[in-house]
Amino acid sequence: MDWLGHFNYWVVIFLMMTGFYAVIARGNMVKIIIGLNIFQTSVFILFISAGKIIGASSPVLEKGVDLYSNPLPHVLILTAIVVGVATTAVGLALAVRVRENYGSIQDDQLTEEEDGEPHT
Amino acid sequence: MSILEWMPFSVLLPLLAAPVCALLPGRFLPWLLAMASVTASAVIMAFVLPEAVNEPMRYFFGDWPPPIGIEYRVDAVNAFIGLLIAVMGTVILPWGRISVNREVPQRQGLFYALFLLSFAGLMGITLTGDAFNVFVFLEISSLSTYVLVAQGRSRAAPLSAFRYLVMGTLGATFYLIGIGLIYIMTGTLNMVDLAERLPAVADSRAVQAAFAFIIVGIGLKLALFPLHRWLPGAYANAPSAVTVFLASTATKVAIYVLLRLVFTVFGIEFVRQMPFAEVFFVLGVIGILFASIWAIEQDNAKRLLAYSSVAQVGYMALAISFVSVAGISAGLVHMFNHALMKAALFMSVCTVIYQVGSPHISAFRGLGRQMPLTMLAFVLAGLSLIGVPLTVGFISKWLLIETAMADGNWFAVVVVLVGSLLAVMYIGKVAEAAWLRPAPEGREPVREAHPGLLVPMWILVAANFYFGIDTRLTVDVARRGAEMLMGGSP
Repeated sequence: MDWLGHFNYWVVIFLMMTGFYAVIARGNMVKIIIGLNIFQTSVFILFISAGKIIGASSPVLEKGVDLYSNPLPHVLILTAIVVGVATTAVGLALAVRVRENYGSIQDDQLTEEEDGEPHT
Repeated sequence: MSILEWMPFSVLLPLLAAPVCALLPGRFLPWLLAMASVTASAVIMAFVLPEAVNEPMRYFFGDWPPPIGIEYRVDAVNAFIGLLIAVMGTVILPWGRISVNREVPQRQGLFYALFLLSFAGLMGITLTGDAFNVFVFLEISSLSTYVLVAQGRSRAAPLSAFRYLVMGTLGATFYLIGIGLIYIMTGTLNMVDLAERLPAVADSRAVQAAFAFIIVGIGLKLALFPLHRWLPGAYANAPSAVTVFLASTATKVAIYVLLRLVFTVFGIEFVRQMPFAEVFFVLGVIGILFASIWAIEQDNAKRLLAYSSVAQVGYMALAISFVSVAGISAGLVHMFNHALMKAALFMSVCTVIYQVGSPHISAFRGLGRQMPLTMLAFVLAGLSLIGVPLTVGFISKWLLIETAMADGNWFAVVVVLVGSLLAVMYIGKVAEAAWLRPAPEGREPVREAHPGLLVPMWILVAANFYFGIDTRLTVDVARRGAEMLMGGSP
């Protein structure tokens, strides 16, 4: 089996596990968001590398070229990147609000239990 | 314009109204616009359902047919769920207006804009026939929901929203990985094309991994035990209107996506090869029992109902795990019925919170006499949740038990009955405080709630009984939908 021929997928798996580990093992909210970003980036690479055809040109119509890479994954991932940026923005904004309310962004040390008491 | 051309507007109207809503000043105008567009959606879906039951409706965006463009493909299942969401939105918005005035006093234009985005996202997930489009709408609705949850007044609301965001994003990304893998294997994202091309490559590891990724991703979204950790906090700390809306729609849409992808896209043959039924059976059973026991332990009524929601998802998972037309239609019926009963229950609890100011069960003492209409609605909707005859809950449990007995699975029958007994205990815990305990001394007498809060609540309670007696719409449409899901041609 050609292990090195699939090195792009090894990169994907490595990044995916790194990000996933950071999300589940870290308590700091900013680190969790960084982990989420790495996790999402790995998926972007999975899609984009699947669209590449070896020996093909970039998908722009040109004379003398008849083998193009698949542009669809790029378009999909453009959408997913926008979603990722929006998620990061919302997550960081929430982290700021948590810090205002609790004075800490250490997620694993905070508790939701005293919910219900209206807080103004 | 024909009804086919109107159909996409049930998504587009709220989507287009959202930015306008964000710019509108004051309190009344944003609400009015939100109400108008959600009602329009409901009306469109009411016309779509009778057409879609017989023949799937297909709408091509920009007149580009599927391999290139995105299509909305609406059959009995989508139309049924879409109508449910739109009608729940129409009932909840008038109720929500009063509680939103109290809980989100400023910048309501933005609040209703987010509500519309969340609504449009859920409608879009339901109607679309493109697997990647599902992801986009999933994120539209999820991102706006995170922000809506963070608007709650409790200190923990942003924390709950953050935890929901982390779990929700993980779920959506897992789903995206799954879609990526099946796209690599088949070269298409259209659900119908996927269903045609997947059997040829079904034996490959990539497709099996894609199946697992998609199940885990959607499992996070629908709060399937043990992926439910985000749900109680998010429901308990969100503003009342958001809690009621989420409880009655968001997990239902996730169940629909699960059914559509598992049974239509991957197909029944593939599912039988994978350990799908076993996993869902075990998780459903554990979910029903554990979440119900946790619900009994709660002191916060909103949290109690949230754990009950996790248990109800367990019933749906159990129904789906039979992998038969009868099982799936039982799941669809329970989905519809659970939306009705949980919305009514959350409305009555949130009305109490509005009047008394605390969600703790100790604050419910003596309210039976002081707020009889609200607490009677709670008891009636609670009876429906337990599954007393003449209510929708009875229909759900009956179909589920019937399916389990036809399958010879007596263990499932026992679990459903034990789950009902546990529901008696947690509903009874609140009802007992309200009706049998005296009001705490020194508390100002509490008055009955505003009619604007009572009328939508009682409409839902009435629906709980109406659909418990007249099951033509729910059971027949659900059976037709289950056949369409299972029959290969969506």
